[in-house]
Amino acid sequence: MQYGLKRSVRDSYVVGMVVWSEGLSGQPLPHCSTIKSAAFQPTGPLYLPSIFAKLSVLANVKGLLSHTKRFAMNKSKTKLSADDALRMFRQMVRIRTFENNANQLYLSAKMPGLTHMYSGEEAVAVGICEALLPTDKITSTHRGHGHCVAKGADFKAMFCELLGREEGYCRGKGGSMHIADQSNGNLGANAIVGGSMGIATGAALTAKLKKTGGVAVCFFGDGATAQGLMYEVMNMAALWKLPVIYACENNGYSEYTKTEEIAAGSITARAEAFGIESYQVDGQDVIAVNELSKELVERARKGEGPFFLELMTYRYHGHHVGDINREYYRAKSEEQDWRDNRDPIIRMRGWLVKNKYATEEALDELSKEVTEDAESAVAYALNAPYPDVSEVDMHVYTDVEHVLA
Amino acid sequence: MRKITLSKAVNEALVEEMRRDENVFIMGEDVAEAGTPFKVLSGLVEEFGTDRVIDTPISEPGFMGIGVGAAMTGMRPVVDLMFGDFIFLIMDQLCNQAAKTHYMSGGKLNVPLVLRTNMGATRRSAAQHSQSLHAIVAHIPGLKIAMPSSAYEAKGLLKTAIRDDNPVVIFEDKLMYQDSAEVPEEEYTIPFGEACVKREGTDITLIGTSSMVQVCEKAAEMLQAEGISAEVIDPRTIVPLDEKTLVASAKKTGRVIVVDEGHQSFGITSEIASRINEKAFYYLDAPTTRIGAMDVPIPFSPALEDITVPTPERVFEQAKKLVSGELIDAA
Ligand SMILES: Cc1ncc(C[n+]2csc(CCOP(=O)(O)OP(=O)(O)O)c2C)c(N)n1
Ligand SMILES: [Mg+2]
Repeated sequence: MQYGLKRSVRDSYVVGMVVWSEGLSGQPLPHCSTIKSAAFQPTGPLYLPSIFAKLSVLANVKGLLSHTKRFAMNKSKTKLSADDALRMFRQMVRIRTFENNANQLYLSAKMPGLTHMYSGEEAVAVGICEALLPTDKITSTHRGHGHCVAKGADFKAMFCELLGREEGYCRGKGGSMHIADQSNGNLGANAIVGGSMGIATGAALTAKLKKTGGVAVCFFGDGATAQGLMYEVMNMAALWKLPVIYACENNGYSEYTKTEEIAAGSITARAEAFGIESYQVDGQDVIAVNELSKELVERARKGEGPFFLELMTYRYHGHHVGDINREYYRAKSEEQDWRDNRDPIIRMRGWLVKNKYATEEALDELSKEVTEDAESAVAYALNAPYPDVSEVDMHVYTDVEHVLA
Repeated sequence: MRKITLSKAVNEALVEEMRRDENVFIMGEDVAEAGTPFKVLSGLVEEFGTDRVIDTPISEPGFMGIGVGAAMTGMRPVVDLMFGDFIFLIMDQLCNQAAKTHYMSGGKLNVPLVLRTNMGATRRSAAQHSQSLHAIVAHIPGLKIAMPSSAYEAKGLLKTAIRDDNPVVIFEDKLMYQDSAEVPEEEYTIPFGEACVKREGTDITLIGTSSMVQVCEKAAEMLQAEGISAEVIDPRTIVPLDEKTLVASAKKTGRVIVVDEGHQSFGITSEIASRINEKAFYYLDAPTTRIGAMDVPIPFSPALEDITVPTPERVFEQAKKLVSGELIDAA
């Protein structure tokens, strides 16, 4: 309980934070879909889920405080400027627009291979990356377009990469699963599930050793929590107080399997076992994600890390663009419910208008601009040259130009 | 004879072996309801239930280790590794544990486990989902390695693997799952260590593994049009290797090209070529040469990826040079 006391002091840092106990019912944390009616009442685009407030009271009474905090933003307390709010909105729209175009490229057989859509999860990448500096590092996943855009990438070089063209961020060598704008601190998208956990933690070690004040964020899915590597590096990160934030994007599924079938117990409790401060956040609420991230990033810079976030979110598309007939593992009605009632862009849009940060017309104009930007980038990429075949044996080693020459 | 896809052949082999032996079970990611991303295992969970077709979390070293332990204690697991590239995650369990247990126990413990995985590039999947890593495990004594070249081999070799008391790794080419071949209705197995002469010839021997057998067969057809008679041999298992058949063919034709989709350096092609040089040197009319995947990570861009893998054209050109006596720069 001593630890619990220390926690409650820390709690006061975070605006609008709700402490929520999963220990109360002895049940694991409910998956988003099971908390739908409570968490997503149409009382406004961003709000405090009342059931959690109640639970927290009960938890307090019973002294069952878990380390995990459920975080949601209370809109009245945000200090978000209009500029910041609109930039976050734009970034989310950019991700959605990028993905819609990528999907079209796949469906029209213009894109080589497959790709994993980030649509539906925009608030996670944007909320977190908007709390970072360009020099801060992130590591990304097979579902990485969103992280890439959110960390400042440009459409043109992204579409070029997606289509295997020379001007792509990885000169066409990486494709969708390895897309990354390295100049903005993106250390790469990884096609090995959980493969980047060491990398992010290593980047945090560099920041600590070189005293850069930098922070690293490791993005990974709920499925990746099954990888043993995660537990090895979290242990070291906690021992060495590394400035790393583990951001678990819990979209309810890993491939064709529901999270509850592959994750025993609670995900945040695993991080807590290492003494890592952990939060469960509504990943469809970009302001909640952003406020908490800003707080934790600043604390990580001061050596108070590591931290662990479980962001409750949802992917709208199949596991990849080819996963079309998916009713055997996921009901259409569930997908529709998320699209209609929990969409991060619609919610933010409503919030912006309601708080008079923007008019509907201005937001339509913004979306139109983004659409045009994406369309011209697609047209550009489709006509851009492939890398010259002589590039095939370049970049194998740093000090050999052509390894097979 | 009826024709079925490689995918169906694998599925049939598993069904037959699971019906025959209740100790056989499958374990891996999305193997049950989803039947794997390649849909190879469709229908199995419906027949055998979730105790024998077990979905795992994305914990490759974990479920591989569990497979080893289950195999040592009376079960016959068929562990499904979704992509061959993930073999790097399970190297300890496969190479330090499964491969060595029988030896370290003085022959007292067995690991009758099958690791089913895949290989092969040109699926536009980039460097972490396109590798052909059989040579890496073939290097480790204690493991047997099978590489089916068609639906027929896929079924027969898998059935043999499941009945084998040693750990066996099977690499299926993921681009071949939808390829059909003649597969008998009646039950059969294919013994390990017996190469198959796919086509007889007299001027040159083309040894190919997995999908490279097709590449060699195409090259042989092109060579025939030029009046060159090529023999095509599929070793079918890399460990054990049917050296006798390979060497006999080398002695007969006097020229050999070994084609494999693993990286060319330090790979299967080098191993086979050097055995031929050791055992058939005085019969050879030309150096034994290798064609493997280019020694670079597999690039995403189609413009680059396609030139990294062996093609019938390259085999054809190389064969013509060997037959005409042109000096080969095989580097
Ligand atoms: C080590 C490893 N195992 C398996 C896979 C195949 N695979 C790719 S994505 C995926 C599911 C990942 O689920 P999650 O981590 O929840 O991420 P999501 O796709 O939901 O964003 C799997 C099993 C892989 N790429 N790497
Ligand atoms: Mg997931």
